[in-house]
Amino acid sequence: MNLVFKKETFRDDFTFKNSPEHVRRFPFPFHEDKYMYTVNIEPHTPGPVNSVFEFPIDVDEHYVSEMEDRALVLKDDPLRCQALPHMQLAEWDLVELLMVSMSEHYPEHFTLTRDGDKWHWINRPLGIDQQFTFGDTATLPYPPMEYITRQCQGDFCLIDQRDGNLWMDAGIVTTQADWSLDFDIGMNFMEWHGPVPLAHEAGVFDRALKFLMNLQLGKPVRRLNWTMSINPRLDTSPENFHKWGSDRMTVTPENIGEKVHLRVELQGLWRLPRSNAIVFSIRCYLISMNELVSVPKWARRMPRVLKNLPPELIDYKGLSRYRQMTIDWLSRFDDGAPTSPGGQPD
Amino acid sequence: MLVSGIKSRPVYTGLILDPHAEHHLIAVEGEGALAVLDMLSPAPRDAAEKATILYTKAGSAPVDHEGALAKLHPYRLQPLPTIQTLLIRLQGFLTTAKMGTRIYIAGTEGFIGQAMQVALNNAIDFHSVRTEHRGSLARRIQCVHCKGFTENVTMSHVPCAHCGLNLLVRDHYSRRLGAFQGVCIDAEVPGELPPAEEIFP
Repeated sequence: MNLVFKKETFRDDFTFKNSPEHVRRFPFPFHEDKYMYTVNIEPHTPGPVNSVFEFPIDVDEHYVSEMEDRALVLKDDPLRCQALPHMQLAEWDLVELLMVSMSEHYPEHFTLTRDGDKWHWINRPLGIDQQFTFGDTATLPYPPMEYITRQCQGDFCLIDQRDGNLWMDAGIVTTQADWSLDFDIGMNFMEWHGPVPLAHEAGVFDRALKFLMNLQLGKPVRRLNWTMSINPRLDTSPENFHKWGSDRMTVTPENIGEKVHLRVELQGLWRLPRSNAIVFSIRCYLISMNELVSVPKWARRMPRVLKNLPPELIDYKGLSRYRQMTIDWLSRFDDGAPTSPGGQPD
Repeated sequence: MLVSGIKSRPVYTGLILDPHAEHHLIAVEGEGALAVLDMLSPAPRDAAEKATILYTKAGSAPVDHEGALAKLHPYRLQPLPTIQTLLIRLQGFLTTAKMGTRIYIAGTEGFIGQAMQVALNNAIDFHSVRTEHRGSLARRIQCVHCKGFTENVTMSHVPCAHCGLNLLVRDHYSRRLGAFQGVCIDAEVPGELPPAEEIFP
């Protein structure tokens, strides 16, 4: 895919839009006409050409603008990027994972040259040319995790494994669906998932923890998660909830198509070689209802999924104020025809 | 003792004497003194002789248990005027604590959380600290917006003591911060608030 990086915003005037090609590659998360929590983890192996799964780290047309939005978040609130001291080796592991993947799969945009621990990184879209010593934090302008994740779309958490549990001990979180790294850092797997309804009782987290503790080097996995957002706002943080919460009151039957967005997280997990930590990446994809209904299968399925959600999920995902209005609007595009299995367009 | 389905909230299993400890370092607030009495009164006399008790009657209870604690004849009993001064003293004792010291914390949840923070900051594994909740169910909360702490919250929602936003007290607890999370309850429609109920008496 020939990438043209868009100049757009995820706040204030909200000029974010997907090109028609990017609508088609949107990772629509519903493989049938209803939704319930499952572990839904699959190998993170290469997917179809031009899909978000083609490469381990997906770089898309929103790359430059998303990185600008991240810089704005960090400028206001440095607590969005934190690492406990024992995570520094894992930070360097992350530098390697991201630089190697981005430069291998997008050589026209990123170049990595390695001579022992003397590394040279070129990021053309962001205009960065950096020589540094791998493992020596003093040779980078930011700590290693922050340095590379200011140049890679998606939130990243570094998870330590010890005492038969997983611990969220570092992360950069600026495009989150309403959770706070500053609050959750240092928690174990069950603790940071504490507020999620229904899934604990279904045994989802017990099974997921067991699975992830056995994650193997070189065999990353992925899953999709979803919620909805009003406006294409990346930073739906609890920290700023008092500023964006009232967005939910601005939805009317006339503006649903442009205001209401499906927000999908492509979550990836990699075992890291030196630290034995796990990278947990949470990449956010946004699509407006106008864009979504341009794919007939999604236009049929979306209102059916919303109709059948358990009440706990409606509340947890913050949909209460506008769900019915959205169903009513979307139902105009649902002719009742059966839909094909899987999430991809027909 | 607190019973809850909150996955991120610690479980306070109760004060149980560690017979192998060389020294017992006990931080106790308010009604937590009763848990210390329950632990040490039936124990062999040398248990109290190896105990340092840092006690503040603070927040929860009007009753002063200093006299009752003194009758245990501990190695050291230090009454402190406030939680804050107790925490400073606890830090001081931890700085010079020797191998074989067992730490115990008893009192309200907000106190346990803050004393546990001191322990964590001294690289002590929280699993090794013995804790017991006594007294009020009041919560210590952190405002997720301004990051300020509000103490002794008994209501379902409360104005932040720092920024003034109306905070819903969530069932999500951070051991690192020693607090529950408070999130703006009327962000969607400012001023649209359900009546506050006393749910953590």
